[in-house]
Amino acid sequence: MDFASCAIDLVAVLLLALGLKGLAKVRTARSANGLAALAMGLAVAGLLLQLQPGPAAWLWIAIGSAAGGIAGLITAQRVPMTAMPETVALFNGCGGMASLLVALGVALFQHDQTDLVGRISIDISVFVGAITFSGSIVAMAKLQGWLDTPDWTQSAMRHGLNISLAIASLAAGLALPTDPAGWPLWGLLLASTLLGIGVTLPIGGADMPVVISLLNSYSGVAAAAAGFVVGSQLLIVAGAMVGAAGLILTQVMCTAMNRSLLNVLFGGALGAKAGGSVGGGGDEAGYTRIVSCSPEECAMALESAERVVFVPGYGLAVAQAQHALRELSKLLEANGAEVSYAIHPVAGRMPGHMNVLLAEADVPYEQLIEMDTINPEFPRTDVVIVLGANDVVNPDAKTDPTSPLYGMPVLEVDQARQVFVVKRSLGAGYAGIANALFELPQTAMVFGDAKAVLQQLCTELRSQGVGARARVAA
Amino acid sequence: MSTLSQALWVLLLGSLLGLELIGKVPPTLHTPLMSGANAISGITVLASLTLIAQADGNGALLLLGGLSLGFALFNVIGGFLVTDRMLAMFGGRKSGSGG
Repeated sequence: MDFASCAIDLVAVLLLALGLKGLAKVRTARSANGLAALAMGLAVAGLLLQLQPGPAAWLWIAIGSAAGGIAGLITAQRVPMTAMPETVALFNGCGGMASLLVALGVALFQHDQTDLVGRISIDISVFVGAITFSGSIVAMAKLQGWLDTPDWTQSAMRHGLNISLAIASLAAGLALPTDPAGWPLWGLLLASTLLGIGVTLPIGGADMPVVISLLNSYSGVAAAAAGFVVGSQLLIVAGAMVGAAGLILTQVMCTAMNRSLLNVLFGGALGAKAGGSVGGGGDEAGYTRIVSCSPEECAMALESAERVVFVPGYGLAVAQAQHALRELSKLLEANGAEVSYAIHPVAGRMPGHMNVLLAEADVPYEQLIEMDTINPEFPRTDVVIVLGANDVVNPDAKTDPTSPLYGMPVLEVDQARQVFVVKRSLGAGYAGIANALFELPQTAMVFGDAKAVLQQLCTELRSQGVGARARVAA
Repeated sequence: MSTLSQALWVLLLGSLLGLELIGKVPPTLHTPLMSGANAISGITVLASLTLIAQADGNGALLLLGGLSLGFALFNVIGGFLVTDRMLAMFGGRKSGSGG
């Protein structure tokens, strides 16, 4: 490696590190993302200068770049903000697949050029790459609702199965260095792909963000292993950096949900343990003291409220009701009410997901209040409106040690004077657990689609002259 | 052997750097950060390019490399663009928030 390409690599690593660091701060995040992209471009350019590919190689580089680049461009522009967790999972799976294919290529056709270290690197690259790919695809399919949690995956049997697969992977991995292009390679590929599926499939949808974050960390490890395979230090650094950073992020997310990583990975789906039906909507059994009310009554309560807190959840995003919500809060502000939004760390389906969705609807950033800040404020709140959130407002998490949610930090909306829960039906939450909040005396259910209900509330408030009064005042 | 120990040092220091870079992250940024880190992990394009350039006219290797490059670039380009789309919504909103 000559001095010029070495210098390019060093600059690229520096920019990547600065980019990753900047991404963790609100003010610098966007430019940091650009910086990381620039670093990536620089690294690619530097490598091409150094490799001097021949014409046939250029042809394949062009084909691969065009196909992957255009597909990435289209996906990134088309995908709705609500589907962000699935999208990250899909991209991540493809990154794992790329590392896997490189290791496969070297193992099949260039194994005579590899030493023991190279072959162990092939092992790791195939193993981690395959798990990242199959795990990410399963995670995506579960979030999209294409895959359920099969019953057998909740039995203890799954541990036996996964352990057997892990042992099979290990055996194949040990055999691979002596026979790099033969059965151990295919055995390892098969066993680790199945292991990725077997580990991800039993995990409930509510925990999927943690899994995606962990798989993201794995794809960094896979990249670092591929770096060992092709002998690229830049790849090793960048892969290790992302792998370690992904691990930290996973840990941060687990802390936000008050669960340990081991529990998420091996504990199975929350709802299944509670005996509830996972993902089975319309399960109304168990509720006895439900009070429902019309949007008109809700509007009357809002009209006289001085302090209103919205608790948005994934249901809001599904109903595409962010803009209707913004409309309603503008009306309330015009009426002199103080409006804020309580954001649970895991609101939506991924930490920070809800902030993105509300930002899309032009909700001022200062009105999004995090859980620890807003919890002491609930006792002096007149009206709380829960929109498509469920488990994150369940008071059982604080009071009922038998609840599977027990110990998870929740928004203490039960402290507010009046709570309205806008919900389609009494179906269980994402984790499949009944919510004690619904039966409290100060709670009323407003049944309906979040967007439709919000629009009705706006209409009601306007008909009571709320908007008009503001115009006179202004 | 010296290349191996060098590579292991690089691995170690890279991991430590990654652990240090992200200490405190506001929950707002978890999703964009995950997405951005995911785009960076697409750095495996470098491995794909190396595989293609050193294929020596081996058709199967070129095909595998091309496929791998496609997957990796899908991750990189899609990842950076989608992260930018998310972060764009946080930017430029300091003004006009008076209500």
